[in-house]
Order: sequence, then C-alpha cells, then structure tokens
Amino acid sequence: MKAGRRTFFKRGLAAGGVAALATQHPKMLAAQGGLDGKPLEVPDWTKMLGPGVTAEPYGVPSEFEKNVVRRNVPWLTVSEQASVSFTPLQDLDGIITPSGLCFERHHGGTPTIDPEQHRLVIHGLVRQPLVFTMADLVRFPSVSRICFVECPANGGMEWRGAQMAGLQFSHGMVHCCEWTGVKLSTLLDEVGLVPQAKWLLAEGADAAAMTRSLPIDKALDDVIVAYSQNGERIRPEQGYPLRLVVPGWEGNVHIKWLRRIKLGERPWQHREETSKYTDLMADGKARQFTFVQEANSVITAPCPEKPLKDKGFYEIRGLAWSGHGKVARVDVSVDGGRNWQSAALQEPILSKCLTRFRLPWRWEGGPAFLQSRVIDETGYVQPTIAELRKARGVNSVYHKNSIHTWRVNVDGTLDNVQIL
Amino acid sequence: MFKFCSVAAAALLVGWSATAQQAPFGIGHKITDAQIAPWNIDIRGDDGAGLPPGRGTVAAGEKLYVQQCASCHGEFGEGNGRWPELMGGRGTLTHDDPRKTIGSYWPWAPTVFDYVRRTMPFAAPQSLSDDETYSIVAYLLHLNDLLPADASLDAKALAAVRMPNRDGFIVGDPRPDVRAVPCMKDCKKGEIEILSDLAKSLGVTPNQRPKD
Repeated sequence: MKAGRRTFFKRGLAAGGVAALATQHPKMLAAQGGLDGKPLEVPDWTKMLGPGVTAEPYGVPSEFEKNVVRRNVPWLTVSEQASVSFTPLQDLDGIITPSGLCFERHHGGTPTIDPEQHRLVIHGLVRQPLVFTMADLVRFPSVSRICFVECPANGGMEWRGAQMAGLQFSHGMVHCCEWTGVKLSTLLDEVGLVPQAKWLLAEGADAAAMTRSLPIDKALDDVIVAYSQNGERIRPEQGYPLRLVVPGWEGNVHIKWLRRIKLGERPWQHREETSKYTDLMADGKARQFTFVQEANSVITAPCPEKPLKDKGFYEIRGLAWSGHGKVARVDVSVDGGRNWQSAALQEPILSKCLTRFRLPWRWEGGPAFLQSRVIDETGYVQPTIAELRKARGVNSVYHKNSIHTWRVNVDGTLDNVQIL
Repeated sequence: MFKFCSVAAAALLVGWSATAQQAPFGIGHKITDAQIAPWNIDIRGDDGAGLPPGRGTVAAGEKLYVQQCASCHGEFGEGNGRWPELMGGRGTLTHDDPRKTIGSYWPWAPTVFDYVRRTMPFAAPQSLSDDETYSIVAYLLHLNDLLPADASLDAKALAAVRMPNRDGFIVGDPRPDVRAVPCMKDCKKGEIEILSDLAKSLGVTPNQRPKD
C-alpha cells in the first residue's frame, strides 16, 4: 500500500497545489536538512498521523525500498516458467534472507496448491505405504534449522569469464532461511524402511513434476520435510505447502511442492540428474550426483550496485558458506590476492548456513582488487577460477565456487573481473 | 539393526510398548498401490522399471511431434530459437560449445519416456497417453538415428536401446578436486594479471532500476 505517500499527496495538493508539493516532498527535505550549514527540517511525517494498525494486516517493505527486488536475466532462459530470479544480495544484511526475496528456480511455474487437498505419499521399498495430509505432518515432532539453499548453477554464467556486472546476478542464486518441519527420518521410521532401500525419489506436484534421487544415508541424516520458512508457512514460489530441505546440497534436490517419496534400490537416472545437474568436464565425461555445494564466499559491500562515494572508512562485508559444515575462516584481500587479512566472523556461525564476515578498510581513492576466500571446517580452501578451470575446464555449468574479484576504479565504481 | 534400534528408541520416547513393526507415532493413513497409481509415474532410467504397457511407432510419433512439440523444438528436433534442441550434437561434448541433446548426452532411453510423460507438452503436462508417449519417444530416438523409420516401440524395446553416451558419466563425487593453499603474505609478484574484465561492456546485465 502507498498510504503514506497518497496521504501526503492529498495534503500537498490541498495546501497549495503541485508547486508547493515539489518543494516540500519528504525525500527532498531529508536530502537537505542538517547538511551544508542548513538547519534540520521538521518533516511532514512528524506533523501528521500515519496509518493505523489495520492499514497493513500483512506488512510490506517501505515504499522507498522498492528497488530491493528479485530480478531475472531475460536472455538466460526462454520462458519465465522454467527460469530463475536472483536474490538481491547487494541490499541485504545479516544472514537471513527475507522470504519474498529468496531466489526462485522452477521448471514449470509456481503451482497454486490448496493445502487441504495436498498429500505426501511415501511408498516403494517400505513396510507400510502411507499418505499424509498437511495436518498429519504438522502433528509429528518438529525441527527448525537455519541453512542456505544454493542453486548449483550460481555463478555458472562465469566459467569462461566475467559476464554479469552486478552481485545480484553473479551470486544471487543463494538464500538462507529458517526452515521448520519434520525430519525425513521420522517419516521413514513411520513407513518402515526395508533393508534394500538405498535411495529415494522425491517428486514435486508442480507442472514439471520435478524429481531427484537421493541416497538413503543423507535422507536419514539431516533432511527436513519443511512446511514453514522464516516462521510462517512456506511461500508459494518456495514450495508451498511442503518442500524438501537438504542442508548443504545443491538447490535442485530441495524438491518443492513435495508430493511423493518412493524408496528404491538405486537412483532413478531421471532427466534432472543425467541431462541436467551433471558437470561436463573438459574430456567430455560428466560428473553425476555431485550433490554438495562446496565452500563459497563473496563480498557484498562494496559491489557494483553499491559503489564507493568518498575516500575514507568502509567496512568490507560479505557472505561465506559451505555445504560441508561451518565456515572456519574468511580471508579478505584488497590488492588482488597479494596479501590477505582474516575477517571477523559474525555469530552465529552455523553449519551449512550463510555466515557474515567483515573487515574494516580505508579507501584512499586508488584502484583496488577486492577478494574474499573462505576456509571451511574441513580445511577446504575456496579455489581461484584458474584452479577450477584447470581441474574441470569451462563446460561444467554447475558448481563454480571460485574466489570472486571486484575491481575498484578510481571513481569509486566497481567491476566484476577475473584475475590470475 | 539400525532400523530396529531407531524404531524401538522412538517407541520408548512416546511411551509405547510397540514392537519394531509398529509405526512409532501412528500418524498417517494406509494407502494401497491402486490408490497411489495416478501419481506412481516414475520410470527408472537404467532398466525401464515402471514403463507402462502400450506401444507406439516412429510414424505415429512424427505426426504427434509436429502437432505437440515442433513449435518449440523444431520440425526435426533442431530447437526453435532458444528452446532446447533434441537431436544431433554427437561428438561435441569436448568442444567449446558442447551440444547436450538426447542423442549426444542422455545416458538412458527410458528416461526420455519418463520426462516426456511427466512434463510435456510444456503448457499441458501429463496430457499424453502412454501410447502417444511411446510414439513421440520413438520419433525422438529416430531423429537421433537410434531407431529406423519403420520401428515400433514398447517397454522392452525402449529399455533395450543403448544410448551413445551411456558410458559418459562419472558416478561418485571426486571433489574436492582442487586443493588450494591459503597464502597470506606476498602471494603474487608484479602487476595483477586480468583474465577477463568485459562484464560491464558486454551489456548483458539486466537493468537494476525499479520498474515504475
């Protein structure tokens, strides 16, 4: 709703028309008051009542934040139903992604699912196939966990070179939310696995009826059948009313709109685990079932969308994460990797979760090359793009997690570059 | 053993004198295979398990394909504009611009049936009959020189098709395949060598100003 602005417009017009409005707009007052020797202004919003508690039964961001939105890359996909939108990481603080800003990736659009009619079936190599309603699922012992979900194609446009002039598009296929649901192991206990059950197939209720095979060890470890995201029921585009959350593993296996789990002896070799989500190496062979999102990091401020204004103090801020566990250390370089300093890590530092890092910095107005390098608790060190290319070539599409470089220009703008 | 222990532990937790065979929480509803059948559409790629009865032909598939598929995928599977191409590309997987099609990349033929039946046509998924799906799959395999023009296709014949890239996949994750060393001081000598800095001038980044 635009109640504030509309009210202001009405009053502005009533007070003397458009000319008066132009000189009294709140934005203009805010831009001048108290600066350059001018006195502070008492703005309009201090001199009138705002909307009451019933104006926004479900709150929305300030109208001045309308630039903070997901965006897509029209040339990347041929249809908006089988496409991706990107998280605006450049505008976010902390580690929790607001539900409405989480990147979207779906293959047949977002279905509109009535939770009363939704069902989850678990069958196959089980002792007793069962069907669950949403009401059934909510009755089970619940668990909450904060973890990232990252599309394995995050950064995948840049295997051959820097291409996207912005953080939102270079790294925006990741989000981090608190998920609540029932552990998949609890449901598998309920149906009773038979010993031959070594893999499962998870299937969505969307127009793509998305399927992925998952090994049983992971299913019994930390997978959640989630119905809530950041405290409320999952957003439609994130899988309402039910999705799989597979901590640390590539986003495609976090099956949204989950309707069926079938237990079997081996993977199903479906389209999304053969034709797609396989990593083509330089020798023409493709890696299959590369589930884990290896450690990755990126500086989120400054970035191309948030350039430097004046010389002086800045806090370099960024995000680091690892599908193998906790972030142990993040190093930051401002000279293109010649020298590194370890950044401060903001608590909480959680396993398979975004972690915020910070390093104080003074920009003296010269060119600089900003980089971050994460080391996770397994000792894995984020590689350079040259190291990744040497190991895998440039046709992998997926799992590009190399050290990212922002070049700071003397005018304070930043560019996405790749350096040796 | 693990199964027995976890069920027993859960039963203790909720204070039941349950045997290992009983469901720990007793939540959910028993369901039969017949009830599940409308959703039980998965087909296993490597042996065709789950393929339904029925039959199709390359000839019938060509007619269906032209009506149902060609507007996106092209008359001969060549892809219309940027919609996916479905044929060709063999021998290109090591090239600069690899073409990953059914014929060049997909390792298992029954997977094509599974995918077409569950997702296609794009705007009307799960609208094809099993016979229609067999026919369309037969035509797609024909376009990739994997079935002759007079061929028919059923479950057994489809599972028997050997895809050219059957052995093109490395199963099992070989990562970490890069073991970087975290140098801290004087890690590089000389000027920074830029590999790529065209992101801004390429002009492929969407406008990030708000839509009004």
